[in-house]
Amino acid sequence: MSGLKKAFLVAALLGLAACSGNPWDDTDAYGGSGPGAGIGAPGQLDPQSPAYFQQEVGDRVLFAVDQSTLSEAAKATLVGQARWLTSNPDYIVTIEGHADEQGTREYNLALGARRANAAREFLISQGVAGSRLQVVSYGKERPLEICSNEACYAKNRRAVTVLAGGLTG
Amino acid sequence: MRTYLASLAMGAALVGAAIMGTGQPVKAQDGPLRIEITDGVIEPLPYAVPDFVPETPAAAELAREISRVIAADLSGTGLFREIPASAHISKISNFDSPVSYADWKAINAQALITGGLSVNGNRLTVRFRGHDVFAEKELGSGLQFAGTTDGWRRMAHKVADVIYNRITGESGYFDSRVVFVSESGPKNDRRKRLAIMDYDGANVQYLTNSASIVLAPRFSPTGDRVLYTSYESGFPQIHVLDVGSVQRRVLSSDNGIMSFAPRFAPDGRTVVYSQAQGGNTDIYTLDINSGARQRLTSAPSIETAPSYSPDGSQIVFESDRSGAPQLYVMPASGGEARRISFGAGRYGTPVWSPRGDLIAFTKQNKGRFHIGVMRTDGSEERLLTASFLDEGPTWSPNGRVIMFTRETQGENGRALLYSVDITGRNLKPVRTPDGASDPAWSPLQN
Repeated sequence: MSGLKKAFLVAALLGLAACSGNPWDDTDAYGGSGPGAGIGAPGQLDPQSPAYFQQEVGDRVLFAVDQSTLSEAAKATLVGQARWLTSNPDYIVTIEGHADEQGTREYNLALGARRANAAREFLISQGVAGSRLQVVSYGKERPLEICSNEACYAKNRRAVTVLAGGLTG
Repeated sequence: MRTYLASLAMGAALVGAAIMGTGQPVKAQDGPLRIEITDGVIEPLPYAVPDFVPETPAAAELAREISRVIAADLSGTGLFREIPASAHISKISNFDSPVSYADWKAINAQALITGGLSVNGNRLTVRFRGHDVFAEKELGSGLQFAGTTDGWRRMAHKVADVIYNRITGESGYFDSRVVFVSESGPKNDRRKRLAIMDYDGANVQYLTNSASIVLAPRFSPTGDRVLYTSYESGFPQIHVLDVGSVQRRVLSSDNGIMSFAPRFAPDGRTVVYSQAQGGNTDIYTLDINSGARQRLTSAPSIETAPSYSPDGSQIVFESDRSGAPQLYVMPASGGEARRISFGAGRYGTPVWSPRGDLIAFTKQNKGRFHIGVMRTDGSEERLLTASFLDEGPTWSPNGRVIMFTRETQGENGRALLYSVDITGRNLKPVRTPDGASDPAWSPLQN
């Protein structure tokens, strides 16, 4: 698939996402975003595309307060990620760990590292080569949602698997 | 609190201000200068600082400005109360003429500061005296500072430091700077850049642009360099910046390894910091000159936010090895750590005071954040503030005031700097041009 075509699909997808509101609105607390998280018309996406990975496989898993253990829903999402990464071996990945704003800056950086690493270890256990998986923590520096209550905090406590410049990217 | 107040009075006695301090309330008849102390309340000492006398034509404007900065410094401590010029009976028109003490007694000014100022070209000379009004004598001998006119604010701070020292016995903190993170933009796209300013918010200068996230700058023991964490490479890594030249370089350059929470050791050469590897954050030291590293902790728990004791022999840090973040002290070379925080809630970002007697910290309990202090063995914990989010204390050079970040909640939440006395009094915002976080107070400048 050409880069141009991919770019078009991503643009189309973003348009859909904008129409349907926040693509992660349906996410269960502490779970993964899972397949089909609020996006319509999955049939239009190239299953090999980053957009498919992000929206259909689900690029993020969520955590309970102060925790870095993976819920069953999170594991299910990561199983899907591992499967996709195994069949798209040219992508390398950065897993971003995040925390909600309850906590000090330093502790949240360390907690985000724990969360990102939990996702990384699970992907490795599912057969993804560790050399493809980098981790970085943003602590509480990059919240997705900005309200100061649990509805937002739950979405901010996350590990996001970001596809980075693979050979086909 | 008592200890602080008692030591204030004791210090004043030492400089001959005739306060018989024993920790008990000080009576007016004990001496002309008084800081009257009752349980938890200090009656600020009334003083007057009439406009300094311009001794050359070019000094007229600065003569007034300097006296205003001195007054802002002294009154800003909460320990002093200025008697405004509108209440003054006599005017100081010649710095060398005898002071009419009766006129200052009449308005109950216990201390009086007089000064003269001359400007020749870009050369500025300040002469000043403190007066003990009711004893009708000078408070120590007069002093003179000289420098360039563009450093006039610093000269005012130096005068205020001398006066503060002569009345309280403590060293001052006004001629100091603060490095911090200037913040702009919405909460989910915050732009951060390093900035430095005078302790009172004047003379802001930006040290980095906002292209990448920067966090938690920390001064070297002499104030010439700043350590901070930057995402410039895509990963949090420790950088060091020369304050004078604004040159910066990365200290920890291991690709893909996260390093953060750096602080200088008192030797100015060793950096203690934390590094996350395999999801586990531990504390390391780095010798800046040789590049030699040493790992100080190796537990599977989070160990971060290290801070040296002023003598360099110990490190206080935060760890969740007990299940939730608590404070621990270990030898500077690593080894067995002793837990010092035992109260309800979570403790973080411990910072050893420059006097060595206290540790300031952030505490999170029941959905609120506090800045607090405790003795270095963990005893006598006192919480100084409470809000939705207070964190990251830093000490004034004399260990009497703490500056920290306060962030408001919600979609429009914003971070600003605040300061509070270690007695818990005199909580107030620090003026910054934009949002601000992660302050670090410099030592007194030379």
